[in-house]
Amino acid sequence: MMPGDALTAGAQVGRPGVRARGGAEAAAPSSAHAPVYGEAGAGPDADAERSSRYEVRCEEDLLTVRHAVREATVRAGFGIVDQTRVVTAASELARNAYVHGGGGTLEVRLLAPGGRRGLRLTVRDEGPGIPDVETALQDGFTTGSGLGHGLGGARRLMHDFQVRTAPGRGTTVVVTRWNDR
Amino acid sequence: MTPPRPTGVPILRLGDVLVTGLLNELDDTSALAFTAELTERIVSDGARGVLIDISRLEIIDSFVARTLTELTTMARLLGARVIVAGMRPAVAITLVELGLRLTGVETALNAEQGLTALGWQRMPHPPGPPGKARP
Repeated sequence: MMPGDALTAGAQVGRPGVRARGGAEAAAPSSAHAPVYGEAGAGPDADAERSSRYEVRCEEDLLTVRHAVREATVRAGFGIVDQTRVVTAASELARNAYVHGGGGTLEVRLLAPGGRRGLRLTVRDEGPGIPDVETALQDGFTTGSGLGHGLGGARRLMHDFQVRTAPGRGTTVVVTRWNDR
Repeated sequence: MTPPRPTGVPILRLGDVLVTGLLNELDDTSALAFTAELTERIVSDGARGVLIDISRLEIIDSFVARTLTELTTMARLLGARVIVAGMRPAVAITLVELGLRLTGVETALNAEQGLTALGWQRMPHPPGPPGKARP
């Protein structure tokens, strides 16, 4: 949405296998949930900062994603309310990708810069895109079976929220929540 | 039209009240099947009240919220009063922040209070062997 935003997803388009911090590349399985892709950073926070990517292609995938995000919130040290906020946001975004985007992926990244800990979710789909993001963020706006609170609600539940979309070019939503504020 | 597939969620009848609950693993298809099954049971059992325990739900997203709101409306149209019981505190906080108020959905702190609101009361004395008076 804002120019200059560091959309992590941008660097990963077309490179669904390996990406590491600092230019060094390393691949390692990082989740007990057997994600489609696993990777581990090579920087000083390599042990804490890692990500997993999950397919969102069917209803069962929605449940799998919720489990995976829940586990990640626990690893990130979130309390029960923050866990619930993040898992709920993940559920909304994954459902959007499944229903409106015709399926997509959700990436969970544990963040650990300088002792802080957080969680970043990147939800991508290759669907029709969102023609008018501002309208889509309004409560009550819906084109599907929900209540129209998915996108705007996910924004309120997270500390940082970015959307990149264009008609015919799919939608990428990146949301972050920290556990220290 | 095939009948709704069983959801695996028991619907118990206590007099004119149906007692049921939602599982955390309920997917969208099962949620819709549950709605169909519950409304059919309201009619076939002549239920006047429905208690839905949601204490096992770890999250309520907009889809589940919509399911609960629609169920409540459908039941009311069929003459039955729905009480949703046992919401976790973290779920309530998240729901409000999400912008969902479950307008029109009656709630109770737990299943016992929900059943009381529907006319059921705790027995004054638990049943025991005949002839043994309780102190």
